[in-house]
Amino acid sequence: MDDVTLSRTGFPNVKTLIARQKALDGLFALAGLLAMLVGLVTLAALIVDLAIDGVPRLSWDFFTNFPSRFPERAGILSAWVGTSLVMLVTAFSAVPLGVAAGIYLEEYAPKNWLTDLIEINIANLAGVPSIVYGLMALGLFVYQFNFGQSILTAGLTLALLILPMVIIATREAVRAIPSNIREASYAVGATKWQTVRNHVLPYSMGGILTGMIISLSRAIGESAPLITIGALTFIAFLPHAPVQATPPYISFEWLSDPFTVMPIQMFNWVSRPQAAFHLNAAAAGLVLMLMTLVMNGLAIYIRYRFRKRIKW
Amino acid sequence: MNAEQPSVADHPSSAARYEEHPPTPGKKPKTGAAPRAPGQEQPKLKAQVNGLDFYYGDVHALKHVTLGIAEKRVTALIGPSGCGKTTYLRCFNRMHDLYPGNRYQGEILLYPDGVNILDRKVDPIEVRMRISMVFQKPNPFPKSIYENVAYGLRVRGLKNRREIDDKVEQALRGAALWDEAKDRLHGLAFNLSGGQQQRLCIARALATDPEILLFDEPTSALDPIATARIEELIAELKEHVTIIIVTHNMQQAARVSDYTAFMYLGEMVEFGETDAIFTNPKKQQTEDYITGRYG
Repeated sequence: MDDVTLSRTGFPNVKTLIARQKALDGLFALAGLLAMLVGLVTLAALIVDLAIDGVPRLSWDFFTNFPSRFPERAGILSAWVGTSLVMLVTAFSAVPLGVAAGIYLEEYAPKNWLTDLIEINIANLAGVPSIVYGLMALGLFVYQFNFGQSILTAGLTLALLILPMVIIATREAVRAIPSNIREASYAVGATKWQTVRNHVLPYSMGGILTGMIISLSRAIGESAPLITIGALTFIAFLPHAPVQATPPYISFEWLSDPFTVMPIQMFNWVSRPQAAFHLNAAAAGLVLMLMTLVMNGLAIYIRYRFRKRIKW
Repeated sequence: MNAEQPSVADHPSSAARYEEHPPTPGKKPKTGAAPRAPGQEQPKLKAQVNGLDFYYGDVHALKHVTLGIAEKRVTALIGPSGCGKTTYLRCFNRMHDLYPGNRYQGEILLYPDGVNILDRKVDPIEVRMRISMVFQKPNPFPKSIYENVAYGLRVRGLKNRREIDDKVEQALRGAALWDEAKDRLHGLAFNLSGGQQQRLCIARALATDPEILLFDEPTSALDPIATARIEELIAELKEHVTIIIVTHNMQQAARVSDYTAFMYLGEMVEFGETDAIFTNPKKQQTEDYITGRYG
């Protein structure tokens, strides 16, 4: 009965046309769903497989034991301590550098072909394979600066690796601030630095912190550049403690200590012939995945906290 | 001050001498001089724009514009979109300096000291300390109401908590927002309505006691009731401060302003008392625009 009204639109076969478009609609929805499932199922299978192997090995001892040639006594103490300390160095060197560079490029640098060139190069650097950074760090930090095969070298290497990502995240966050907010600041007589310090930086903090944590989650899983600079694969002692009971209370001796990190520990265990070590590797993988998950959760939380107060 | 500009010599920084320089036709022969408003004492000149050209890169956006701005009066700039009125307004606080490729020529003399605020030697930040601006879209900072108003004071180095408190209250009262905001001073500015946000921006601009207040289509994003409140506010504010307002809305120009300038394609077509412009325009173009034939 609707045919009567529809024919008035002046287009013939409107109904078949709509039906065909709707079929296409459904087809795409189905294709999209399948594409998503491929990723999701693969990931789930991976996690389940890892969990089946690894969960039985997870115990307090696993976290507090050094590596051992007996698989059931081996633990990840030196690995997770090493990872934490290396991440500390990475965060404290990459974040100030990256944020400062990003803000300079976005707010201060003149917009010309040179800054365009720099922008392209930074984007490219973010895609350079991590082993290349490892080779460069071996030449620069280990041989040139004599930092040794230490936590400092590892932290700085990973810092270089994620620096482009921090810069890009900072620029994106800064760019998201509408220009009328900047103009409001300038219009009351603020200088560029006052505008950056009081407005641009606080308002983009959510995005900057998110970018920082996502970059660190990438760094935490890196092993290739650290093997290149000479990370140990078997280490049965801890670095010096950063905090001491006697003055000056804080020590930086740990910076020059040898280290290992979680992915290297995993790699070591996986390459052993005994199956029991493979279970250890699976357990370490679970712990590493959990660490990354916690960091990503933190990023989401921070983004939520900062964005809640700001709507443009 | 710039010695090669004769008008500067005419206007030494002494305020007493300046009293003798009302915008008389003899002294300011250009069409832009502010004429005497009927039934009012002759207003003093707050600013004089002489032969102002402005370029966005190669685009010649303002063509030799001349205009006198009367002190404690409202001067409205009207004209069709793209005629350069906002560009013109943003010359007064050197907003164009923020973006590369912009160039000024000519002068805007700010009285009583007669300094050319477009002079390269004049720091734009100093200009913005004396001339405040309210933007087209309300643009409060994502901070508290209090911090929004106090920001200009902090930029000027004010630290005394009580002094800032007093000035914030004064500014909010001046912007007719005090009664609505006094119980939520530390609440977020974004939780205010659009009209309230715009009045907050006016308070922010007022807090620093500006000599000139620039309004760039302040009501174009607001509903009619909020618009009426802003217009009332402008009428009150002109008791204390010189106002220049850009508006798309001709009724608004007629309601709030004492003088009106009609601009078209970067040129100042006609300038005069608002009543005269709207009832008896001298130029055909002006008449066409205000009667709605184009724009």
